[in-house]
Amino acid sequence: MSNNLVIGIGALVVGGVVGYFAGAGNEKIVEVEKVVEVEKQQTATLDSVKSKGFVQCGVSQGLPGFSNSDDTGKWTGIDVDVCRAVAAAVFGDSSKVKFTPLSAKQRFTALASGEIDVLSRNTTWTMTRDTQLGLNFAGVNYYDGQGMMVPKSLGAKSAMELDGANICTNTGTTTELNITDFFRSNGMKFNLVAFEKADEVVAAYDAGRCDVYTTDRSGLAAQRTKLTNPDDHMVLPEIISKEPLGPVVRQGDDQWFNIVRWSLRAMINAEEMGITSANAKSKVNDNNPAIKRLLGSEGNFGAELGLSNDWALNILSQVGNYGESYETHVGPNTPLKLDRGVNELWSKGGILYAAPIR
Amino acid sequence: MADHKHSANQNSGHAFVRTENAPLLPPPATEAGITGWLWQNIFASMADFSSAGASLRSACVAALTVFLLYFGFAQIYTLLDFGVFSAVWSDPDQLKREACWTVDQGGGLPSGWHAACWPFIYAKHKFIMYGAYPSEELWRVNLSVLLGIVGLAYVLIERLPRRREVGAMMLTLYPLLCFILLTGGNLAIPFGSIGMWLIIGLAVISLGRLAKRGFLGPTLSEFHALIGLTGWAFVIYNAVRGLGAVDFGLEPIDTRDWGGLLITLVVAVTGIVVSLPLGIILALGRRSEMPAARLICTVFIEFWRGVPLITVLFMASVMLPLFLPEGVNFDNLLRALIGVMLFSAAYMAEVIRGGLQAIDKGQYEGAQAMGLSYWQTMRLIILPQALTHVIPGIVNTFIGLFKDTTLVSIVGIFDLLGAGQSAIADAAWSTPVQATTMYLYIAIIFFVFCFCMSRYSIYMENKLSKSRQH
Repeated sequence: MSNNLVIGIGALVVGGVVGYFAGAGNEKIVEVEKVVEVEKQQTATLDSVKSKGFVQCGVSQGLPGFSNSDDTGKWTGIDVDVCRAVAAAVFGDSSKVKFTPLSAKQRFTALASGEIDVLSRNTTWTMTRDTQLGLNFAGVNYYDGQGMMVPKSLGAKSAMELDGANICTNTGTTTELNITDFFRSNGMKFNLVAFEKADEVVAAYDAGRCDVYTTDRSGLAAQRTKLTNPDDHMVLPEIISKEPLGPVVRQGDDQWFNIVRWSLRAMINAEEMGITSANAKSKVNDNNPAIKRLLGSEGNFGAELGLSNDWALNILSQVGNYGESYETHVGPNTPLKLDRGVNELWSKGGILYAAPIR
Repeated sequence: MADHKHSANQNSGHAFVRTENAPLLPPPATEAGITGWLWQNIFASMADFSSAGASLRSACVAALTVFLLYFGFAQIYTLLDFGVFSAVWSDPDQLKREACWTVDQGGGLPSGWHAACWPFIYAKHKFIMYGAYPSEELWRVNLSVLLGIVGLAYVLIERLPRRREVGAMMLTLYPLLCFILLTGGNLAIPFGSIGMWLIIGLAVISLGRLAKRGFLGPTLSEFHALIGLTGWAFVIYNAVRGLGAVDFGLEPIDTRDWGGLLITLVVAVTGIVVSLPLGIILALGRRSEMPAARLICTVFIEFWRGVPLITVLFMASVMLPLFLPEGVNFDNLLRALIGVMLFSAAYMAEVIRGGLQAIDKGQYEGAQAMGLSYWQTMRLIILPQALTHVIPGIVNTFIGLFKDTTLVSIVGIFDLLGAGQSAIADAAWSTPVQATTMYLYIAIIFFVFCFCMSRYSIYMENKLSKSRQH
């Protein structure tokens, strides 16, 4: 009987001693942890981003040119570059960013719940999303629009000649609604063939099951490379919807909103001023005061954002300007072969127009 | 008598009486060897021309055979041609997608070429196996998988000694080891709280021992085993937590960076390992005579069987974060894992309940007559028989679960299929055969895993049914 009692008391004593010493050394850690917990719930996104040491960015699960992982698993694309720019602005290091691949259904929840800090997932800026979902769009990094691709053999030069066409598209997206609106408003008949996945749509279109393939024009460019004879197909001139795509943040945190908005604007302004990743460092002492203001050698613009004054210099030297990002990921020398089109600077005939830094 | 007969035969002068055994002739060609097999199984059914009806039937069977043979071989040839004969195997000039382009697209392959583009798979191999797991840390995944394979093989091969101990290690230490290896351990658990809970656990064990000796009155004495178990649960749980909190100097790797086959295996293995014991408990609970236990288990099973897995995953990944306070997240993979585990446990419970119901009442009564307790009855008499009966059903559930893991890709977790689909989105490799090649490769991987499970289950069935045949 005493045997069990001795073991019991012995265990109690040993446990007590172990626990006491283990606990004593770590009381501080416990306190710090509690403080962090409280902070996370109450303070600004910038502070929580700084305390965890990286920007958590929501991207797509794979969209060519916008956000997809390359052979080594590294994320690339113009949406990804926005995230890297924000990381460069906040930390001075564009690699301090982690990516969360999100489906279209998950994206707004992930942002609203704080799982991600920025959503940069080719999200169309619409009024409902801006007003109803507790989100703010920080700008537009790509002006897209729904287009139509047809085989050249069809002989159609305009969407107005497509009366009675079979149209392939994805299910459950706005593209389906847009094309319906377009055909109905023009009094034309059509037959919709909808598929779940982009690959199925391409396969069906390539096999000749439909005359028209409709989706965003950037998507058409990407899917075109998967056709058996890409040169036998042409994209019609009509653009039947406006799809301004841009980064999104949570509503109610103006400081973070400004950081994301101005990170994107810095990239666009830099292209306008001719600042590239190659010459950013040498332009710091340029004579042009606008360049000086952007690169932080004049004024106090970074500090007003809650960042250091070389915030834009870090973006430009590590990520590059908007034009560089465009050329690398979606431009004419990439598989997507997308011309700048409306995504050209306002000074060159496009509609990209960033407010000045002053 | 026999002697007499023998001599009579020997001496008879009749020429038609054989004096020795006839030589053994080979069986007719229609009965033995390859020709015999072919005749019996294939040609016999189309060689009967004795009447008009029989001739018609034979002709139809012959025509159908030819058609099916042609169809089968054409399919197999197409697949082999796509995957092997016409496929592009190497990309020496690093052309990427241009290596798999036909002349129509601006490449070098003949027009109309349609076959697998394997260089695409080589380039994406790391991604579809490990996802974005950092390349220099891959040894951790490889080590975990290697240990798993060795351990599993040891447990599955029956001649080896101490299988039971190795199996216990595989179910306890191995998951913990994998967890530390894969995530890097070093959880932010304060040692103070672990220490405190350890003390409480040890105190409860001591309490249990005191109760057993009767120092704490008769009421608590009744419950000494329960108190002791609770104490041990505390101690073990906190020992695990403590191990998770130790800094082994491994770089922490977020589960967001996991992907590919790694995720598929983590989800499937966790689901399989957890669903069997949980399913047994639920099945026993549903057949229990205690109303509360029966009700809880029935409601649980019917609830999880009543919702599709997709809904469960969506709830876990889309709805759950909205209910939690802002900034409080728990891991997306963990959420999906819990969903998959509970879901498969409900299915497993119903399979096992089928086995339990197949056991004759006499077995229960016999066990009772021998004075066995409920748990002894179950452990020694009922479950071994019930589980043997439902091996095909259990393995069916495992295989179903393994394939269902692909559903996690819709909640943004890159499992094997999700990683493959993400790789298809890479425009640097976009060709008409890009998607087909990837899906073929993924199908092969899934087939290998599922086929192995299926074969092992057949082996187990044969072995166990032999042990019943005597």
